Amino acid sequence: MSEPVKVLGERRAFAPLLTVEGIQVRYGAIQALRGVSLQVGKGEMVALIGANGAGKTSTLRAVSGMLKASAGRITLEGKDTTSLKAHQLVPRGMAHAPEGRGIFPNLTVVENLELGAYLRKDTAQVLQDMEKGFTLFPVLKERRRQLAGTLSGGEQQMLAIARALLSKPQLLLLDEPSLGLAPQVTETIFRTLREVNATGVSVLLVEQNAHLALNAAHYGYVLETGEVVMAGPGKALLDSPEVRRAYLGE
Amino acid sequence: MATPGATTLSDDTGPIPPALRGILPVLLALPVLALAEWTLGASPFATYLLSVVGVNIILAVSLNIVNGMTGQFSIGHAGFMAVGAYIAGVTSLSLKEIGIPGVPVAVSDQLLFVEALLAGGVSAALCGFLVGLPSLRLRGDYLAIVTLGFGEIIRVFVQNTEAFGRALGLSGIPQYSSVAMVYFWVFLVVLVARRIAGSSHGRSLWAIREDEVAAEAMGVDTTGYKVRAFVISSFFAGIAGGLFAHFVPIINPGSFTFVKSMEIVVMVVLGGLGSTTGAIVAAIFLTLLPEGLRSLFGAMGAEGSLAQKVDQIRMPVYGILLVVLMLARPQGLFGTKELWDVLPRWLPRKKKGLT
Repeated sequence: MSEPVKVLGERRAFAPLLTVEGIQVRYGAIQALRGVSLQVGKGEMVALIGANGAGKTSTLRAVSGMLKASAGRITLEGKDTTSLKAHQLVPRGMAHAPEGRGIFPNLTVVENLELGAYLRKDTAQVLQDMEKGFTLFPVLKERRRQLAGTLSGGEQQMLAIARALLSKPQLLLLDEPSLGLAPQVTETIFRTLREVNATGVSVLLVEQNAHLALNAAHYGYVLETGEVVMAGPGKALLDSPEVRRAYLGE
Repeated sequence: MATPGATTLSDDTGPIPPALRGILPVLLALPVLALAEWTLGASPFATYLLSVVGVNIILAVSLNIVNGMTGQFSIGHAGFMAVGAYIAGVTSLSLKEIGIPGVPVAVSDQLLFVEALLAGGVSAALCGFLVGLPSLRLRGDYLAIVTLGFGEIIRVFVQNTEAFGRALGLSGIPQYSSVAMVYFWVFLVVLVARRIAGSSHGRSLWAIREDEVAAEAMGVDTTGYKVRAFVISSFFAGIAGGLFAHFVPIINPGSFTFVKSMEIVVMVVLGGLGSTTGAIVAAIFLTLLPEGLRSLFGAMGAEGSLAQKVDQIRMPVYGILLVVLMLARPQGLFGTKELWDVLPRWLPRKKKGLT
């Protein structure tokens, strides 16, 4: 059986939004997740850190309905969403910015954003929200008629976040927003993420860059070979010797 | 349009009232078709050739909904055409002695013809659903493999079924078809394709074509939309088959081989994946090409036998054409654009993009 999760420090109280209880995911004979449990509160930013292959992306994909969990339970605002698919979760307030950004390279920035608002019918409000996105990432406004594939990596990541926000999510799932980006760009993105989070959008973040993620997040989970091994407030995890040794190279 | 995003969101202003907009194209098309029918009545060859062109346009435009707009790769369109042809053919054969009482024979024939066509189209759509549902859940090449297999299964099935005339084929199907009827369906399939492209349904297909994972993350029910596109496409392939069965003297399994499927794929790729007008232009061009070559060889004073060999060299010509195309213009003649997007600048055009 799995070892008990080591919990460091007190968690700040948030009203519960997402609760994941013991989900398991298998790829054929390989078990990627061996019962992952975690919570995200309303307005909370939660980071999921871990090494390559620890199951971070699988967890995120299971939560967003892109992968089917073979066991366990996922609830969003108290409603069971375990068996729902991605397209059924988007209208319930879940937005997923997939790994590798998943933008539409042959469409313009604006067209990408329009697809983000795919399920919304309130056109006028969408346009306003698009403007809001442009205030978050001014560079996107400059490039709004450009094909998304011609943007730089950082701009593509910004576009992916702006597009995900256009579905008006309660919960934003982000997979490795810092992947392959210059440190400066990553900092801009994380600053904006905190701004977004401050407006009440909960964030579940998967990151390899533990330092950055734990600094930004209220709470963090450490994943190892498909299991949560440690949890605690971001700062507490950053200070723990195990995390420092394993993920911060000290 | 001063606001971003308004480019592709529809507006309800225009000279034509919205209620009429749906049927207006139909009302405009009918007299044109009647005129075409009347002028061509005297030439059986022109009628035949135009009908073949029309059937190929229906096939190419409908395949483009799957291969072009949705980005899936189906290579068994002839199979769906065969389903439509045989079901419609058998329906017509069994109904030809029966007339609908109270109406003139010509009207009764056309009503039965439409009924047979719909029977063929619906059967093909049903096959499309059964083939598409399992294979469209997967990504990549699975659909190509399954549709290829489906086409062959249908052919072999027909070849061994007494009711479908085995290898000899079905003959004696009443020749109900007319240029007007063929082009009415051409018109319908183009209308449907264009309507899909401009609708939110089309935007979903577009998103799937660009990136399936991202489309899913945007809330697009990818499997649902792919299956729907595939069913619509199969329906029209069935209609094309039904029309075909009613103007050729005999249909046999040889008309619906893999070669026929590839011919349609070549049309779609040549025209540009995703371009409806491209598919139309390519279908017309590739259907008339053998005829053109035949006349060319004839005019050069070549032996009659050479002119007859044109049909045999058709496939190599297609192959060379494809290779040249892939080297010179891999996106096809029109890419994803429509004819009016590539017309010269001096023609008045709708303003696009943001102000």
